[in-house]
Amino acid sequence: MQAFAELLDSLSFQPARNAKLRLIETYLRETPDPDRGWALAALTGNLNFAAAKPALLRSFGEDKIGPELFHLSYDYVGDLAETLALIWETDPNAGPPPGLGEVVETLQRATKMQTPPILKRWLDALDATGRWALLKLLTGALRVGVSARLAKQAVANIGNQPVADVEEVWHGLSPPYRPLFDWLLSDGPKPSSNMGGAFLSPMLANPIERTELDALDPAHFRAEWKWDGIRVQVASTGGVKRLYSRAGEDVSSAFPDIIEAIDFDGVLDGELLVRREEAVAPFNDLQQRLNRKTVTPKMLKEHPAHVRLYDALWLDGADLRALSFDERRARLEAWMAAKPRPRFDVSPLVTFADWAHLAQLREGMRQDGIEGLMLKRGDSPYLAGRPKGPWFKWKRDPMLADCVMMYAQRGHGKRSSFYSDYTFGCWREGTGGQRELAPVGKAYFGFTDEELRWLDKWVRDHTTNRFGPVREVEPSLVIEVAFDGVARSTRHKSGVSLRFPRINRIRTDKPAAEADTVDNLLRLVP
Amino acid sequence: MATDTLNPTPLNPRAWLHPTPRGLYCVPGDFYIDPAVAVPRAVITHGHGDHARPGHRHALATPETLAIMRARFQDMADTQQQALGYGESVRIGDVEVSLVPAGHILGSAQVVLEYRGQRIVVSGDFKRRPDPTCPPFEPVPCDVFITEATFALPVFHHPSDSSEIGKLLRSLQTFPERTHLVGVYALGKCQRVIKLLRAAGYDKRIWLHGGLASLCTLYQRHGIDFGDIALVSDAVLETFKGAIVLCPPSAMADRWSRRFFDPIPAMASGWMSVRARARQRGAELPLIISDHADWSELTQTLKDVGAPKVWVTHGREEALVHYARSIGIEAEALHLTGRDEEDES
Repeated sequence: MQAFAELLDSLSFQPARNAKLRLIETYLRETPDPDRGWALAALTGNLNFAAAKPALLRSFGEDKIGPELFHLSYDYVGDLAETLALIWETDPNAGPPPGLGEVVETLQRATKMQTPPILKRWLDALDATGRWALLKLLTGALRVGVSARLAKQAVANIGNQPVADVEEVWHGLSPPYRPLFDWLLSDGPKPSSNMGGAFLSPMLANPIERTELDALDPAHFRAEWKWDGIRVQVASTGGVKRLYSRAGEDVSSAFPDIIEAIDFDGVLDGELLVRREEAVAPFNDLQQRLNRKTVTPKMLKEHPAHVRLYDALWLDGADLRALSFDERRARLEAWMAAKPRPRFDVSPLVTFADWAHLAQLREGMRQDGIEGLMLKRGDSPYLAGRPKGPWFKWKRDPMLADCVMMYAQRGHGKRSSFYSDYTFGCWREGTGGQRELAPVGKAYFGFTDEELRWLDKWVRDHTTNRFGPVREVEPSLVIEVAFDGVARSTRHKSGVSLRFPRINRIRTDKPAAEADTVDNLLRLVP
Repeated sequence: MATDTLNPTPLNPRAWLHPTPRGLYCVPGDFYIDPAVAVPRAVITHGHGDHARPGHRHALATPETLAIMRARFQDMADTQQQALGYGESVRIGDVEVSLVPAGHILGSAQVVLEYRGQRIVVSGDFKRRPDPTCPPFEPVPCDVFITEATFALPVFHHPSDSSEIGKLLRSLQTFPERTHLVGVYALGKCQRVIKLLRAAGYDKRIWLHGGLASLCTLYQRHGIDFGDIALVSDAVLETFKGAIVLCPPSAMADRWSRRFFDPIPAMASGWMSVRARARQRGAELPLIISDHADWSELTQTLKDVGAPKVWVTHGREEALVHYARSIGIEAEALHLTGRDEEDES
């Protein structure tokens, strides 16, 4: 537990992806089974205890130091689990601290009544970092900035295997994943991926620009629309039906309507959308359904999910991945034609004569729900990962708005001495009738190193106020912000949220008063 | 009973020592302790900027504290300086004044005041754990104890110094190519961290920001050995890969830090035990190393000095006052001006 606690502690402060990987890899190599397996389960979101409710923690704290001191402490720290971890003192007579495996196995067996005294004994034996990690684990919120995908990447790295191989076997395994570590670190056999409903690593595309296309022969390529949903894999094998995100996260429980509609055997690649009649709903509608453990009947009715298919990896017991795109596509179309299915359809191919023609079609496509075009070589087999050459994404040009920089914050790691995170706003009419800036988004990339140096200096020279690490700046610098979409938002003061905003250009030529208004942005809401 | 007959109105300590806008004032000695502004006569507990200020006509402190003040302030020549070693005493007006180690930084002292049979101890800033750069805190039994309260909340239990230094050394093993940039206060924390690294067996060169140089030299002149230390500015072709570099906290966010290879910003301070505070300071490797007493040390000290009255200053007075009252001590908050909680803690 202590080693796991130190890992979580380091991860929570370390923002850089590579450094996080290094920390997880070091931990996995140095920690014996089963502890490392349980740690991996915790990091990938596969450990769920609701063993400690906030009320229990509060009563522990009040009993320990009295309600007055506990409230002063909580008020200062602001986080209940952290407060309790800090005020609780290690008891030297409490014996050795528990291992992570011991914690997990005990909690899986313990009844609700048995948990509090066990928990107290552990709190006595651990140090402050250990207590914090234990309480985070028990309250079910690690929040250390590690995605399941990143944890799997670290696992793959320790065994020098591609992450795709780990993803393929992942869904046939369960914590504490002994066969996985045996395979990666001790010459054990590769775990089987022939389990029902296994995830197969998807094939990804590289971005491309118009100018780069001329080097390619259009006759070799097929084009299809890039739908604005989330890329998913529908896996129905060995009687098990699952829906995965492209990172291999199982999202089946959030989309029972899709799972119920699966009446076939196969592994299909497609885009998850919300579809009403024939129209694809804006991305924001799909977002309403993501990250939900349970879905209400109302949600199912008002936000019906749909999968628009791009490709077939397996169909009727046959692995199609070695076939060419053209052959897989023909099989997919024939399969769909044989029996149409209401929640699935095949994304149509876009026919074109040459790149200029395709560019015209791309320009002309103003329909919502389309992000751009996909270009795929007709002879490309289905390869896991992001191979260079066979597949390209040619995104729609982003939307642009001229915004005024309002606040700046320093970045992390290499950027820790640079003001590199910018909050920007647009104009609106304030309560008093005068124009005011309302923050509409935050961006921390899109600029060159040289522009970053310039922006950093500008921020330092135009600071009007400081709030901890944040600087308020004179509202005089216009930045052109590029983004992929706009949605109404109740969580943002301005009432809008931008999708994927980044700095496109610095507009020193433009006076701040001529920047865009919030109303301009609202007009872009689909 | 006998005392009552001899002394029918017991002496109220507030009558001879009390806070004023200029600082804590001792009436029968006509001097201030750690005043916030320049005064005719000052007694200084230690050299940190919120306690030692320039411009007094007369200043009394330990020889080490006076040396620190001379190193920090330009115009100390105008101040009449009176050095008083630990354990020595001197009479100022009707008051007997002596200085006792506070264990905070080099030269730090508690001021012990005796007047008409009553003893008040002004502890300044203090800690109870061992520090290789100064003698340990000595508890002095007294009638009134004035304590700091920087970390006076039960959430502050500073871990052992060696475990925190261990965190830094482990990070160097995990990231052997990255520069470990450690933010330290120039006076006290810097020198203690160097000594702790040496005690942990780290014998490589430790690099220093130029702003830390003069005080390190001063410590060396007082017989403290730092091993191989060098200034960053003297290194021309150094890459600082895998090096430990100490700098003032302000320099970490400064353009100065851009010369280092993929630095990990570490920060050595008692505030680092609270995650939100550590994040706010931009620390990716928080090291909980403090020169102030934590909650257990503060509460233990109240028991050790056994004073029936405790006055609590600068910090989280409320919690310590609450605690002291709960164990039968007559406690109250003493509001002093000019104390800066964030600096040099």
